[in-house]
Amino acid sequence: MSLTLTLLVLVFAGYGAGVVFALLLSGAPGRLLPAGSAAGSALVGLVLGVLCLGGRGPAVQTGDLLPIAGLALRVDGLSAFFLVVIGIVGATTAIYGIGYSKPYTGRYSLRLLGSMLNVLLLSLTLQVVADNGLTFLVAWELMSLSAYLMVLTEHDRPGTIRAGQWYIALTHAGFAALTAMFLLLAGGDLTASFAGIRGTALAPGVRNAAFVLAVLGFGAKAGVIPLHVWLPMAHPVAPSHVSAIMSGVVIKMGVYGLVRVLVDLLGGGPAWWGGVVLGLGAASALLGVLYALMEHDLKRLLAFHSVENIGIIFIGLGAGLMFHAYGLGALAALGIVAGLYHTINHACFKGLLFLGAGSVLHATGTRNMEEMGGLIKPMPRTALFFLIGACAISALPPLNGFASEWLVFQALLGGWSIPQPEVAVIMPVAVAMLALSSGLAAACFVKAFGVSFLAIPRTAEAAAAHEVSSSMQIGMSVLAAMCVALGLVPAVIVRLLTGVLEGLGSFLSPAPAPLVGRLSVSGAFGEISLPLVALGLVVLGGLVPIALRLAGLNRRPRFSSTWGCGRILQTPRMEYTATAFAEPLRRVFAALYRPTDDVTIDAHPGSKYFVQSIAYRSEIDPWFERVIYRPFIAALRVAADRVRRLQAGSLHLYLVYVTLALLALLIAARWR
Amino acid sequence: MMGYVLEVTQALLAVALAPGVVGLIRWMKARLQNRRGAPIWQPYLELRKLFNKEVVVSTNASWLFRATPFVVFASILVVTFLVPVLGAPLPFDRVGDLLVVVYVLLLGTFFLSLAGLDPGSPFGGMGASRVMTIAALAEPTVALAIFALALSAGSTNFGQIVARTLATPTAVMSPGHLLSFSALFIVTLAETGRLPIDNPATHLELTMIHEATVLEYSGRYLALIEWASMIKLLVFFTLLGNLFVPWGIATTPTPGALVVACLALIVKLGVLAVAIAVFETRIAKLRLFRVPELLSVSFVLGLLAVTSSFLLR
Repeated sequence: MSLTLTLLVLVFAGYGAGVVFALLLSGAPGRLLPAGSAAGSALVGLVLGVLCLGGRGPAVQTGDLLPIAGLALRVDGLSAFFLVVIGIVGATTAIYGIGYSKPYTGRYSLRLLGSMLNVLLLSLTLQVVADNGLTFLVAWELMSLSAYLMVLTEHDRPGTIRAGQWYIALTHAGFAALTAMFLLLAGGDLTASFAGIRGTALAPGVRNAAFVLAVLGFGAKAGVIPLHVWLPMAHPVAPSHVSAIMSGVVIKMGVYGLVRVLVDLLGGGPAWWGGVVLGLGAASALLGVLYALMEHDLKRLLAFHSVENIGIIFIGLGAGLMFHAYGLGALAALGIVAGLYHTINHACFKGLLFLGAGSVLHATGTRNMEEMGGLIKPMPRTALFFLIGACAISALPPLNGFASEWLVFQALLGGWSIPQPEVAVIMPVAVAMLALSSGLAAACFVKAFGVSFLAIPRTAEAAAAHEVSSSMQIGMSVLAAMCVALGLVPAVIVRLLTGVLEGLGSFLSPAPAPLVGRLSVSGAFGEISLPLVALGLVVLGGLVPIALRLAGLNRRPRFSSTWGCGRILQTPRMEYTATAFAEPLRRVFAALYRPTDDVTIDAHPGSKYFVQSIAYRSEIDPWFERVIYRPFIAALRVAADRVRRLQAGSLHLYLVYVTLALLALLIAARWR
Repeated sequence: MMGYVLEVTQALLAVALAPGVVGLIRWMKARLQNRRGAPIWQPYLELRKLFNKEVVVSTNASWLFRATPFVVFASILVVTFLVPVLGAPLPFDRVGDLLVVVYVLLLGTFFLSLAGLDPGSPFGGMGASRVMTIAALAEPTVALAIFALALSAGSTNFGQIVARTLATPTAVMSPGHLLSFSALFIVTLAETGRLPIDNPATHLELTMIHEATVLEYSGRYLALIEWASMIKLLVFFTLLGNLFVPWGIATTPTPGALVVACLALIVKLGVLAVAIAVFETRIAKLRLFRVPELLSVSFVLGLLAVTSSFLLR
């Protein structure tokens, strides 16, 4: 057995052991061992991924493990890349979970949480190494179900059950679309290997149908608008380390699937495919961040940012597909590399941010930013990690978010090369939408970090917050380090990803490998060197205080209270709130939000100038759900009512159904 | 070697000239308003005064408040090494392009806004909220102006943009060029807190934007932040001056070219400073909620710039 195959077996065995540990043990070992084996297996998967990034990985065909047929596994460059993503996020979140799930003891089922964490990571691994439709779909369903069970961990909190329902309904709608897609691709035989699908030439109609189904199925998982509604409900209610995996990795399976099917199996398509993916991406990026701005629930805010970042990834992929349709090989590679690079970056910083939000939730017991404040003092490390994540997601150089957004921008600038001006004009519009969403993301994270971590605590709980346990800090610190590291070596990552794409076959013309250190990609419009920018910031940032000291301008500061127009006492109620912070943008985008404000002032009976209490309630209209989903749900209800008539409760009637169904099947089989 | 001398010279020159540019604008505005006005070197005196004053830090503030002046100043210093102030292409031309410059500036804005929230004062929060709103809304215009420039030059790197315009002087009068210049001009007003978006002379709490954000700063911290925002104005002026009308810029790092470049820079800065002074004298500050309208005008200008570049290529 080769080394890589041994590692692959080890990964699955490790997760399996984790499930067994979780089911058998209880107490502290019941938390430690399942998390330990999950983290260990994730690390082995990471090593396997790094070893196989070049493309040559193990392939396995097993006997009849699954219904109908066996598993078909193959690790190629693309799988290896996603194994790395799963490894990083899986290992860090599993370690974090040890400390985070401690208060769950005796309250929620640790057995379920521990076993499902391992099942989820196992199914994710299986997903990216699947080599036929059946294995892919089984892994997909396993992933959806294990994630569903973990979303329901805190089942007694309001909103959890509803979130679970939305999640499971949309994910199964996606599953149906994907099953149909694989049936179309493989001509009805789900056990046909991916190599076989690659080899068959499909009719354009079938290819287009498969494309639409792929966008629906993978889009629902990735959470692109308008299929995103489940995401901001389900991700916040899950335990925070599970939220980190869901936002960091699970939704990326939509990206993986899209690249696997559209780029690898179908080898690209007409330009409108790219246009659809690009359009969905741009809409998700902008609307995702706009809704995030209005959120005061820290975890919901992060969930909406996942919608935004999936949008950015889709912009890259869509641009790549579009360029491919016009035969612009280097630009196509650039777009897809940018999308994949943003995938791993988002996995790191969103994982980190969810873990940070989890630490805050752990310490204060609330997800509402308006009840936090001043947390940078009791939780300095968590605050620093969250700040790094916030800078990375706001695409501030020299962190990783900037590197991949720069590549997406560069890919879009290449839209100039598209021969038809009426098509090419899409690109500057996408550039503007991307720029607006990244600017708004920065505004949103100033709000998120500033309101939760800075100034004075707004509640007694926030004032009594404490730093989290060391296992939780380890999980966050590794991800924070990844955010810095991935930003410092963009050239290396781009070279690796270009290699991954070349391994996928004739889709792309090979691009010359960039130099290490300087990021210059063929097809790109510019060159940058993020390590040098980082060096410049550090050196110049260090020179300024030294210069001040040399000039003797370093008198110790005097500490005094905040200036407040002469008032004596400062209370937390005088601070700017998250709502107030986002108010200007709420006004600017009022047409989208359609806000309703409700102010009730209770004045003193003697004079209206003496206010006794003010109640202010403000809501924004979730019109997506109303306009798109409500008619659909209503129609479904009507249909279900009709179908219910079949279920009359009479055994005789059911026997008739069974007989009729059997007859129909026999006739159908005969017909063929 | 000469190239690195040029780099250091232009960074020092930008840092040194920036207060003078602000002084010139203030003096010119005063003259236009029939006042005598403070001398042009007044901002230097103000900075010296601030550097020597005691720093008072709010007890509510964290380390972030004390680190921010250095982050802001370092980020603007990095930019002075990347932007073609005196010469193009610079040795660091391939270290950062236009996008890097825009996002490094955003880094400073980001930290400054966080520092506004840190002392827990409502003014700081108000300023932070407004600064970030305007920064976010200006971003698409910036991106489109970059797009338009990059289209004609085939690169987002400064060296090539400048070289391209120098090579084809007629391109200066092309619609794409003119439209993106006007778009970037409006963005300059927004990003550097000039009228009609923000009033740099205001101290009325409810209309402040930049002033509200930095309200809690004092002493050398305030000096660093104010100096950084002066340099930011100079950087935007150089972008307007050297990307759209690059003549005079040193294409070879020889002492003679450097002298010419310095003179050309001073002339360009002077023209732009006078233009801003005239502009600010003739208009009133916009209500905050009218600012998005102005920014959407600049956005449309940017979009037209790109579209016309597409159609006329």
